Amino acid sequence: MKLLKDILKGINKGAPIGIGYIPIGISFGLIAKSFDIPGEIVVLMSLIVYAGASQFIAVSLIHEGVTVIEIVITTFIVNLRHFLMTASLSEKIKNKYNKFWLALIAFGVTDETFALISMTEKEKLNKGLILGINLIAYISWSGSTFLGLILSSSLPEAIRNGMGISLYAMFIALLIPNIKTNKTLMKITVISLLFSSLLFYIPFLGNNISSGFRIIIVIIISSLIGAYMFEEEVDNIE
Amino acid sequence: MNKMLLIIFGMAIVTYIPRMLPLVFLKSNDKNKFLKRFLKLIPFTALSALIFPGIINSTGNPFSAIIGGSVAVVLAYFNINLVFVIIASISSVVLFNIF
Repeated sequence: MKLLKDILKGINKGAPIGIGYIPIGISFGLIAKSFDIPGEIVVLMSLIVYAGASQFIAVSLIHEGVTVIEIVITTFIVNLRHFLMTASLSEKIKNKYNKFWLALIAFGVTDETFALISMTEKEKLNKGLILGINLIAYISWSGSTFLGLILSSSLPEAIRNGMGISLYAMFIALLIPNIKTNKTLMKITVISLLFSSLLFYIPFLGNNISSGFRIIIVIIISSLIGAYMFEEEVDNIE
Repeated sequence: MNKMLLIIFGMAIVTYIPRMLPLVFLKSNDKNKFLKRFLKLIPFTALSALIFPGIINSTGNPFSAIIGGSVAVVLAYFNINLVFVIIASISSVVLFNIF
């Protein structure tokens, strides 16, 4: 009963992610359909792969007739950043749940659910809340993929463009309140933003590394710098 | 068809394993303080990397994206509820794209 209550709380908390996924999921369904990929394959991909950006890449590679192994390797590289995210998350929730629940929670870790879960205070986190957040995101992603397959055209452009910013607005709303009172975190954020734009805008380099790989480099380098430069300050962050 | 199933199962495996390994198998590392610090900072560095420069191309128009992003930054700074930050940010982009 307690678990169910917590899951409902999580669904409520994760609703912004669920809504943010809708236009992306619909676009994915539509694009996959335009590439003549069978509908059941497209839905199955959202259900068992469940990783936004890499699914878009995969359907366009399938369309181009790229080999199985190349698609799988590309997917691995694009999604490898989740390794860093779940490693960080494990610090926060590791000792609380058994391996079965951790394995289940792991399946639902996306950029967005990771951001929401890791910015939630430790005391408020529990198994049900995390599962609820993951569940609503998962249902929304799979459901809107299906919606994209049966719709004949995308959402109106004005709405799609407007909603395009929703997940970024959520990232900002999760980040800012946590760093504004902490000078160390502010410095580390500035360092990360600088690295991220540097990698993106450097001629020849920016166009040639995938966004998944860029995110990995930025996370590793700036977290290393932060851990090296601000020892005590980081130890004190709760 | 079989090729596509192979692709999907391959993708599912290489996506799930990096998600699952650290959560299920990473041992508690109270001894290694540096690693602890490194992992602690990941949410902040990851969010920064996710926000920028991705946000610039999120609305089909870099200017409306900057407006929407700025609205979110200002409102988030004043601890406005997450849902309202998102709604205000979307609205500002839609309004900007109309006018």
